[in-house]
Amino acid sequence: MSEAVIEPVGTQGVVSDFSRDKQVFGMPWGKAMMWIFLLSDTFIFSCFLVSYMTVRISTTDPWPIPSEVFALSFGGDPIPLILIAIMTFILITSSGTMAMAVNMGYRKDRNKTFWLMTATALLGASFVGMQAFEWTKLIVDEGVRPWGNPMGAAQFGSSFFMITGFHGMHVSAGVIYLMVVATRVKTGFYEKRGGNYEIVEIAGLYWHFVDLVWVFIFAFFYLW
Amino acid sequence: MAEEGQQHPIAIYLWIWGLLFVVSFFSYMVDYLGFQGMTRWTLILIFMFVKAGFIVAIFMHMQWERLALKLAILGPPVAIIVLIWLMSLEGAYTEETRVEYYGESTFEPEAPPHH
Repeated sequence: MSEAVIEPVGTQGVVSDFSRDKQVFGMPWGKAMMWIFLLSDTFIFSCFLVSYMTVRISTTDPWPIPSEVFALSFGGDPIPLILIAIMTFILITSSGTMAMAVNMGYRKDRNKTFWLMTATALLGASFVGMQAFEWTKLIVDEGVRPWGNPMGAAQFGSSFFMITGFHGMHVSAGVIYLMVVATRVKTGFYEKRGGNYEIVEIAGLYWHFVDLVWVFIFAFFYLW
Repeated sequence: MAEEGQQHPIAIYLWIWGLLFVVSFFSYMVDYLGFQGMTRWTLILIFMFVKAGFIVAIFMHMQWERLALKLAILGPPVAIIVLIWLMSLEGAYTEETRVEYYGESTFEPEAPPHH
């Protein structure tokens, strides 16, 4: 592109981006498609959360109190929501390491990018591990089933398993995705393709989205 | 900018990272300190939107993207507000009819066991 072209900004820029004879989004197609995928995923998670809202409003039975259901005791009195809080902090930490990995990727520091992405994946894996523990405790000790539970409305179980299960699946897929990209960064796969590390940012978008969804699940399912 | 990708100083990520920790701690405190009713819901929503906003704006670099992408991605989810509104009406109506035809709940909740 010649130096003389001045890109319009603001609403003028929107009109110009959409109407000019060029790609609308000035970014690699992979990144634009990741954004569009995340938009569709937003709607899927919204459907789950809205159905949860609907069944919680419409049931006449008392809703189980998450603060008590998800309390955990380390020998003494049970601490409310403690495992969920730890999981939240783990996911935020992993978002931070991912953001740093993206930054290091653009600096073409392959080693640091690899290790930061590996740290992110390990934190993600530990999150899934804790979720497995949480599910086990809920199913085995507290008798929560998708069709009922002793602590309140039957819909609690189905909402819980659908929402956290789908989120956990996203985290698991993200761990695999991150490890694939991290390994390729390490082995120099992208060097052969022009040394472009935009892929790290694209993987990062996915990972931050998984953290973003957790923010909403934490607020609406566990705290509300 | 877009051609070279998103490159920003590391300090901004560290700041936002720390901020997310603090806000998460606050939202956990909402439960721990046992706020109830309107105070609880307001605080939950404020902390949730602050966290979501920082993740999207800074970590996902949305604030540095062009307006065309911002509108294309952040615009459509606004429709979800309509769905929330419709389904809350529907949910309240269902609850009303259940109470009317089946009566109030006779469910006796048990306290969760603790280990």
